[in-house]
Amino acid sequence: MSLLEFENVTLKFGGLTAVNDLSFEVEEGEVFAIVGPNGAGKSTVFNLISRFYDPYAGRIRFDGHDLLQVKPSGVAAYGVARTFQNIELFDHATVLDNLLVGRHRHRRTSLLSELFFTPSVKKQELQNRHVVEEIIDFLDLQPYRDKMIAGLPYGVRKVVEVARALATEPKLLLLDEPASGLSVEETTDMRWWIDDIRRQMGITVLMVEHDMGLVSGVSDRVLAMADGAKLALGTPAEVQSDPAVIEAYLGRAA
Amino acid sequence: MRIVFKTDYMQDIRPWKDGHQLSLYLILLALVVVAPWILNDFYLGELTNVLIWAIAGLGLMILTGHTGQASLGHAAFLAMGCYANVILLEQGVPFVLAFPLAGLITGIVGALVALPAMRLHGIYLAIFTMALSILVDDIIVLTEPWSGGVSGKYVGPVSLFGLEIDRWGTPWAFYWLVLGVTVAVTLGYINLLRSPMGRSFIAVRDSEVSAQAMGVDVARTKTMSFGLSCMVTGWAGALMGLYATVFNNETFTVIISIQLLMMIVIGGLGSIHGAFLGAVVIGFLPQFLSISKEYVGMVFGGSSVAIPGLEVGVFGLILIAFILFEPMGLYGRWLKIRTWFELFPFYRKDMFKRQKSYLKTERLR
Repeated sequence: MSLLEFENVTLKFGGLTAVNDLSFEVEEGEVFAIVGPNGAGKSTVFNLISRFYDPYAGRIRFDGHDLLQVKPSGVAAYGVARTFQNIELFDHATVLDNLLVGRHRHRRTSLLSELFFTPSVKKQELQNRHVVEEIIDFLDLQPYRDKMIAGLPYGVRKVVEVARALATEPKLLLLDEPASGLSVEETTDMRWWIDDIRRQMGITVLMVEHDMGLVSGVSDRVLAMADGAKLALGTPAEVQSDPAVIEAYLGRAA
Repeated sequence: MRIVFKTDYMQDIRPWKDGHQLSLYLILLALVVVAPWILNDFYLGELTNVLIWAIAGLGLMILTGHTGQASLGHAAFLAMGCYANVILLEQGVPFVLAFPLAGLITGIVGALVALPAMRLHGIYLAIFTMALSILVDDIIVLTEPWSGGVSGKYVGPVSLFGLEIDRWGTPWAFYWLVLGVTVAVTLGYINLLRSPMGRSFIAVRDSEVSAQAMGVDVARTKTMSFGLSCMVTGWAGALMGLYATVFNNETFTVIISIQLLMMIVIGGLGSIHGAFLGAVVIGFLPQFLSISKEYVGMVFGGSSVAIPGLEVGVFGLILIAFILFEPMGLYGRWLKIRTWFELFPFYRKDMFKRQKSYLKTERLR
């Protein structure tokens, strides 16, 4: 059984078909990339997994659970974490607090015990901080840990978002354009991190990315999309040489 | 500048940064505890008033400052706390039970009110809550048999563990009661902010979309925030009732709601300090105005006629000035001054300028 299964998923916004009868599977432990021109429906796939949209038809299963049965806030509990294309951090909180929000799905204490900060809350907090500090170490965020997000440069925010997603200790990590707006060095860093996330942490990664260097460098399989439908699926080299993909990007030869 | 070298997770969990900071707060606490011996009855009464406002401010701060939901209706919850407390007392419930219950009832009602309010954002939520505040006047008149309607209610001294607490007869006892509630609420607030629930409030304030993706149930979190906020406000209302001793449908007007919101904006949104600093401004400003009016009258020989709307006008001016020149409020200004001294002479002009945010994800759905 695959970790994530898309089965004939269709999503329509009025007359526009954003995702058209899309099926694919993401296997446990792989890095799976989705590529495609703008408006192909890549981010929409992510938003479907996050349950921000309800599909018109089809099924989405994650780890044996029917994802369509849960609320948007319930997706994280199954072990799916994500980043956003346009960075959605908590701007008026510190990096540390942002990461700690990522620990929310592991909350076991009640409001009442938190108001009195009972020993069990304290124990949970120590545990949360232990996990978060490991991630800060892993992604080299030490210089920023007590800084407000609102004052941080773009590149750092991108990394903080990945860190926050990792803090949830997910099984599946969704990265929406992790390298967009990053410099060449930052993109290289990101590439090693994605590799380490998969190898050291054993987290399956599903990412949307335009940077083909990054995509072919880290991903095991690539799904190419255009106009909401599947164009090609295979290894990076296969997809890049697929005539349908070349046509979607460059247009038909005259 | 003192730099704290962190070697232990507890240093981040503890509410104080280091021993120095802790000792400053302990000194402050000691000062306010012995205030009845230092201040005369008039100033003690004023200080009590400020503390009650601070509790109400803490209540609204939970909702507006930390969860980002503007409310122009918190006077309604002040009224509810006040009436609940007094009606329970009249039914013979001892104060030690009636007071917590008054807050609890207000909190539950607040959470229920939150359910329809959940779908509203920003200005619409403000209008909805403002309507509540206006409605409460009529509700009090309509429920005359319990609330006393237009003729109002009177609440006498209460007794707590055999100690008679009379706002006029034993102002020190009343002061300590208010102080005790203030300290308890503040400690609870600090604990909230350093635990998952408080952080989820902040998450909802800053980005609902990603809060959801992190597993925070936005609707539930907002309901919790409303409930907690209203509970604390209800306690403030109960104390306000005891402080005023007489009140009717016109005591908790929509103006009070607006003043409350102004108070936390002036103090500094999103900080516990802000609620207290704002309360000092709101609590002392009327006295300050009347004293300075007398002074102006004495020096320039003007009359002592009351100027209608002076207080509200000055409040408005202060609010506009704050929004224009110091959106971070008094607490933000204090942070800047402190940093200036700590870094002297290296403070840069735009150190606190924040780049607000990069392009935001458009509202989903």
